[in-house]
Amino acid sequence: MADNGDDDSQHRVNEGDYVVLKRGDIYKAVQIQKKKKTVFEKQWFFLDNAVGELYGTTFEVVTDGKLQPRKPKHIESSADAKEAGTDNRNIQDDGKSQKLTRDDIETLKEQGLNGQEIVQHLIENSTTFRDKTEFAQEKYIKKKKKKYENSVMVLRPSCRILAMMYHGREPGKICHLRYDTLAQMLTLGNIHAGSKVLVFETCAGLVLGAVIERMGGYGSVVQMYPGGGPVRAGVESFGFPSHFHDTLHEFPICHVNALLAGTLDTEAKDIDTDAGQANGDKSNLTKTDPEKAEGKGGSPDTEDQSMETSTSTDPAEDKEREEREKRREIRAQEKIVKTEEKRKKLSAAAGVLKGRNADGLVIASRFHPCPVLLGLIKFLAPSRPFVVYSQYKEPLIECYSKLREQGGAVSLRLTDSWIRHYQVLPNRTHPMLLMSGGGGYLLSGTTVATDTTKAKTCSTTAEEPAAKRLKLTETTEG
Amino acid sequence: MSFVEYSEFIQEGDVAIIFLGHDSMMPVKVQQGAQTQTRYGVVRHSKDLIGQRFGTKVTCSKGGWVYVLHPTPELWTLILPHRTQILYTTDIANITMMLELKPGSVVCESGTGSGSLSHAILRTIAPTGHLHTVEFHQQRAEKAAEEFREHRVGHLVTVRNQDVCKEGFGVTGVADAVFLDIPSPWEAIRHAKNGMKRQGGRVCSFSPCIEQVQKTCEALADEGFEEISTLEVLLRVHDVRSITLPLPDFGSDRPLETPTDTPVPSNASVLCKTTTPPRDMAGHTGYLTFATKPSV
Repeated sequence: MADNGDDDSQHRVNEGDYVVLKRGDIYKAVQIQKKKKTVFEKQWFFLDNAVGELYGTTFEVVTDGKLQPRKPKHIESSADAKEAGTDNRNIQDDGKSQKLTRDDIETLKEQGLNGQEIVQHLIENSTTFRDKTEFAQEKYIKKKKKKYENSVMVLRPSCRILAMMYHGREPGKICHLRYDTLAQMLTLGNIHAGSKVLVFETCAGLVLGAVIERMGGYGSVVQMYPGGGPVRAGVESFGFPSHFHDTLHEFPICHVNALLAGTLDTEAKDIDTDAGQANGDKSNLTKTDPEKAEGKGGSPDTEDQSMETSTSTDPAEDKEREEREKRREIRAQEKIVKTEEKRKKLSAAAGVLKGRNADGLVIASRFHPCPVLLGLIKFLAPSRPFVVYSQYKEPLIECYSKLREQGGAVSLRLTDSWIRHYQVLPNRTHPMLLMSGGGGYLLSGTTVATDTTKAKTCSTTAEEPAAKRLKLTETTEG
Repeated sequence: MSFVEYSEFIQEGDVAIIFLGHDSMMPVKVQQGAQTQTRYGVVRHSKDLIGQRFGTKVTCSKGGWVYVLHPTPELWTLILPHRTQILYTTDIANITMMLELKPGSVVCESGTGSGSLSHAILRTIAPTGHLHTVEFHQQRAEKAAEEFREHRVGHLVTVRNQDVCKEGFGVTGVADAVFLDIPSPWEAIRHAKNGMKRQGGRVCSFSPCIEQVQKTCEALADEGFEEISTLEVLLRVHDVRSITLPLPDFGSDRPLETPTDTPVPSNASVLCKTTTPPRDMAGHTGYLTFATKPSV
């Protein structure tokens, strides 16, 4: 790919990049792959021509699904005195003002007219256009543009863009976490480069990705995950450089209690066919044993079978069987390697967590937040923030109460964030007509050193005899 | 200790935060031999602070106790000395995300004011980013620079005492993001554009009044900015409470034994764990207008 000779290259789209396509308020995360058909907003096109262009470029979708960089916008012709009316008292809304039919418009589309040209045709064929007020005309043009434009902007992924995308497209996947709530979480959690952050989320990896973005590849992130494996689809969409993944650890929550009790054993055992069982790891390892046994030629049944059939002396069949067994052996070896890798990862993550000195905790999941918080807060150092997101308020009320009871946290706050967008136009400025109804709730707080004596609130009463003694000794010492 | 990096133990010269109770905190400059008066008694720096872990409980001379916390931009926002009206965490969080700030970002900001947003920006762009902040009031500019040094973030920020509307930010073509919180932001849009990288960037303007917003949006459009969007955010706090609600007594459905018997009132009540809103809440801070500078 030709280099322009300036330091632009990091601002240009490369093949393989993860990008976000945008049209109006609709976003979609895709990966740039040449000759691959991409669908976006009911249009099919190829992203090939985006490679080499600057991020933020707007393209027109032209014939054959090709992308063409859009020429710089010419300012809307406000120079020509448009004919306009003063109000709508004589305009009938009978649906008959547009003379072009749906078929006519389809024909225009097929002829290859771009969005702007189609809108121009619609204006010319509208009997009421010139009677509308200037404002109504502008609104009409904007509406038609939105419907018929076929432009696509290619954006570099960021937390902002992906959070808005997920919230608009698949809120269910992210527990209905609204982007401004996510923004609060990142700031209240003091997520920054060089810290050690624990994340427990079931938001398709969006929250994890947002945390990683704010860490910039410095420090470490431990993803605590429920079930068999960590979900990270959303993280991919961020398009992080590969070295960011070096800072990312994962730890299954099924081992949290063992880790806290000091009974989690992550040492390597002697490598034998039963290596999986010795680890006490996942059950899928024991499932592989019969396969491994087969590979090693262990199980008597298969041996008998193979011996029986081998007596039929068919060299081709024999070779096939040999190959199959070879493949089985390779698979078995790969499984052993994988298990060892998994064990190493577990051991590394356990090492990061063991010191109970994490700098931040972020929770955003469909699980009841209370046990999650009470379990994971033990890994935090004192004087560090934690943030818990829940789609619903009541579970957080429970968290709040339990934390106040057990102590170890101050500045507990249950909040939710309210957001409103505005249309800003001369003489037409007002809040948008539709508003988000809710974006979830947050519980935030700061850890403090846990007391031997359980404290409910910050004490205002003196601990009597001891305090008096203290004071006396201090004055004598001067 | 620094505002951009955690440390475990309190050392001399640190800024620590004494937590006295709900919504009551104070900053403290840790010094050998120094003392700080609190309503629970005296905190002796040498004995109670230096060498202790952040987050420890400190028993004061009168017997009451406090916690000592590690400073963060969020705590600083709540306790910093106000030299101007400041931005609070709710707006700061959204600005940070919408401007796409992250480690390595180069940011231009004006006015510096009391440094509330500045500290949050520094935390986010550390260790490799830089903040160019402009303040036209000389004493405020000096005080801000002093605070940044004290908070061990001086290497990440350059304070310039000038008028952004006339002279810009002092740098050109370097910023990933620009933030404006000034009386006439539309006069600085051209400078914002120049301060930003040629390949594009994000801009944000914070204004309390809608007229300012309108003028700014117009200026942004004139300068070719895209994705112009104005919004406002507010935080609603929910105070967790246990409340007791008495139950009504509708009496017995069976006839009374003797007509002269008075029914015995029952004192049944129900305990509910719920939240109530505070009496007042912040209803407006300012409008946030964001836009993207298109790649050339």
